[in-house]
Amino acid sequence: MASENLVEISGVSYSYDQRHPVLTGIDMVIPRGKVVAIMGISGSGKTTLLRLIGGVMMPTRGRVTVDGELTHELDRDGLFRLRRRMGLLFQFGALFTDLSVYDNVAFQMREHTDLPAEMINDMVMMKLHAVGLRGAHRLMPAELSGGMARRVALARAIALDPKLIMYDEPFTGLDPISLGVIRNLVRKLNDALGSTSIVVTHDVQEALDIVDYVYYLSEGVMVAHGTPADMRASKDPLVHQFVWGEADGPVAYQYPSRKFSEELELV
Amino acid sequence: MFERGSSIDVRGIGRHTIESVLRLGYAARFFAMTVMHSGTSFRRPRLIIRELYYSGVLSLIIILVSGLFVGMVLGFQGYQTLKTYGSESALGVLVALSLVRELGPVVSALLFASRAGSAMTAEIGLMKTTEQLSAMEMMAVDPIARVVAPRFWAGVISMPLLAALFSAMGVYGGYLIGVVLIGVDEGSFWSQMQSAVDFREDVVNGVIKSFVFGIAVTWIALFEGYDAPPTAEGVSGATTRTVVTSSLAILGLDFILTAFMFRGV
Repeated sequence: MASENLVEISGVSYSYDQRHPVLTGIDMVIPRGKVVAIMGISGSGKTTLLRLIGGVMMPTRGRVTVDGELTHELDRDGLFRLRRRMGLLFQFGALFTDLSVYDNVAFQMREHTDLPAEMINDMVMMKLHAVGLRGAHRLMPAELSGGMARRVALARAIALDPKLIMYDEPFTGLDPISLGVIRNLVRKLNDALGSTSIVVTHDVQEALDIVDYVYYLSEGVMVAHGTPADMRASKDPLVHQFVWGEADGPVAYQYPSRKFSEELELV
Repeated sequence: MFERGSSIDVRGIGRHTIESVLRLGYAARFFAMTVMHSGTSFRRPRLIIRELYYSGVLSLIIILVSGLFVGMVLGFQGYQTLKTYGSESALGVLVALSLVRELGPVVSALLFASRAGSAMTAEIGLMKTTEQLSAMEMMAVDPIARVVAPRFWAGVISMPLLAALFSAMGVYGGYLIGVVLIGVDEGSFWSQMQSAVDFREDVVNGVIKSFVFGIAVTWIALFEGYDAPPTAEGVSGATTRTVVTSSLAILGLDFILTAFMFRGV
């Protein structure tokens, strides 16, 4: 029987070299059907974690299990089979600029299935309708606004009804209206498709409204986790500074440097 | 012998050498992967046809115009030299042999490298920079099979065809200047060309050359794009390297191939 967790991460460490660990000893579970946020400031290792789940990178230590399969034991074909069950929304959409909106959404259907053109057409229109852009199917990516491009990328990510939808910074650089649209879509699509979602973000308030559970990373270490209510009420100085967006705290405002008076040669 | 801090940067030379050899190995592996993952391109010929349009058809103007002008200049220069020895009637032979053996394959490959090669590098480099290749990987589609291989085969197919068109236009340019403008006898222009140009020795060897140049230029262009650092500076550097490296490769390979084909006669 399938485990109740779609993703299980145990004791995972990752480093490019010995001296600079990116992630250290991460334990995490993503239960099926839930929307889970991975939060932390820039450079805390969030995107790396997403890449480990997608099997783009392999952990230096520990195990990543996705839908019952250990990623580091899979060969290239196995990884590709696993990825057909995943959808990833890239931070800036990563739409194929030489293909129209329609062809972008149809891309995976054409690559991975032998469905007739009429059926693909229906599926593409359904996905585009879900993100409110059915009328824009003839446009090229260069003709879209940032918010529209993100929605098209979302339609493309869910093209094959993935079990796991991953979002890499889905709210960054959007106007308030687009941001609200994307935020609601993350929740609605997850529930409508019966998927599981992982949202990597540092936009706290947007994320806390829609997710079921939060993992908080700092400098590659998991420092806190809990429900959105737990995070808001947290007394942990790191979490508190992050959730309430305070300039100074455990995360210093200044990048490590020598004394200011020395820099200005005042002494 | 060389101490730390000595004026010759031995470490730097060593590092540079190792990096160059590593990159060469990576390029060889990239080539092997491209050939091995070509199945998709041949199962779906539309992928290759689309790229044939971009690298072949869109290069036609520059190839045809350059061919015409090179042929016309050959007409003038050849006539000038041949007239000294009273053998103007051999103008057709001179124009045709120069083009079919050397100028056609080499000049059209140089033009192809700067027109289509640079475009391929920039396109793939930018696809990498904007994460389109990573997105493809995440969608379980191999970018080598889907993006690189069709472009490779399109380049390999279009290069000999472009070289042939270049030579044909060149011969026509030589005819315009030699026969139409200067008045060399038309009959001897064509008949001497027909009897002196050997199909196996000249035409086929020229096609072999342009086929090899096609492989080299397309391989270099695709590899530079795929290996480009994902920044604006990285892509511009890669595009420049494509033009420089492929031009040198064309000239070097031309020397080697000519030496083999010459057979010391």
